[in-house]
Amino acid sequence: MNISGQEFIQAMSAIGAGIAMIAGVGPGVGQGIAAGHGASAVGRNPGAKSDITSTMLLGQAVAETTGLYGFAVAIILMFVQPFKG
Amino acid sequence: MMTSMVACDSSFMIKKLLEFRIPGIDYDFIIDTTHVAMWLVSIFILVMAIIARVKLNKVEATDTPGPFLNVIELIVEMLGSMVDGIMGKNANRFVNYISTLFLFIIISNISGLFGLRPPTADYGVTVALGIITFILVQFNGIKKNGVKHFTALFQPLAFLFPINLIGEFAVPLSLSLRLFGNVMSGTVLMGLIYDLVNPYTIAYPALLHGYFDLFSGCIQAYVFSMLTMVYVNDKIADE
Repeated sequence: MNISGQEFIQAMSAIGAGIAMIAGVGPGVGQGIAAGHGASAVGRNPGAKSDITSTMLLGQAVAETTGLYGFAVAIILMFVQPFKG
Repeated sequence: MMTSMVACDSSFMIKKLLEFRIPGIDYDFIIDTTHVAMWLVSIFILVMAIIARVKLNKVEATDTPGPFLNVIELIVEMLGSMVDGIMGKNANRFVNYISTLFLFIIISNISGLFGLRPPTADYGVTVALGIITFILVQFNGIKKNGVKHFTALFQPLAFLFPINLIGEFAVPLSLSLRLFGNVMSGTVLMGLIYDLVNPYTIAYPALLHGYFDLFSGCIQAYVFSMLTMVYVNDKIADE
């Protein structure tokens, strides 16, 4: 089987996109920790539930940013294909 | 095989609808799905605002408001209290802009439910919103603090200037990428799922639409306007 340079670049771009999505691990862990602490805070002080929920969601959305950088890299590798030459 | 897998004709990409040239200008103008979706969203907001205004003019202060006016009142009160909670006494200056931003982003995100490609899944739209926020933050910082706005970049130590500068410019970048990434990932996943089992797609994507379009869209609209308020408030808050 002969692989041309063009196909090799496309295959490597697909693998690179897969590797870039490993960045999704970090936000998953971070959001889980935030949600856990939010749950324990509601358990300790049920009256402040709405405040705690909105603060938790804001923090989670900010923590998600690094994962989305990885997602942007993966999307660029898959569909924009900057290395196609 | 490889080419067909990554070809740019999937259902979640931006599609060109119309291409035209204006005589005398050497440039191909393109109307794509983002433009049309943004027009529809803008027209929807405009029509709703005009109906609300007309109804508001007709009603007396002592009348009981109808269902439409009740919903409008609910939305306005919710937005007002959201801005008030963050900005306090400066809320009156910013409530109009933040409300417009929130309504535009939330209706854009939800428009995926109605078969449009959400305008916020186009980086051109979100980066424009991010740059508006950046200009708003810098303008209010200069207006409030004058020269101190720039000398604050050298605080607490002069050699931290590059890091502070990057911190300022990271605001629009991270804001726009966050909104774009969230909406785009939802659009891509929904497109893949519709492509995967197209003939049998009847009801179950509704659940995923509920998560990606409604939940994620509302959260991201809230986060974008919230962070805009927080960044502006950082600059104009009293010591």
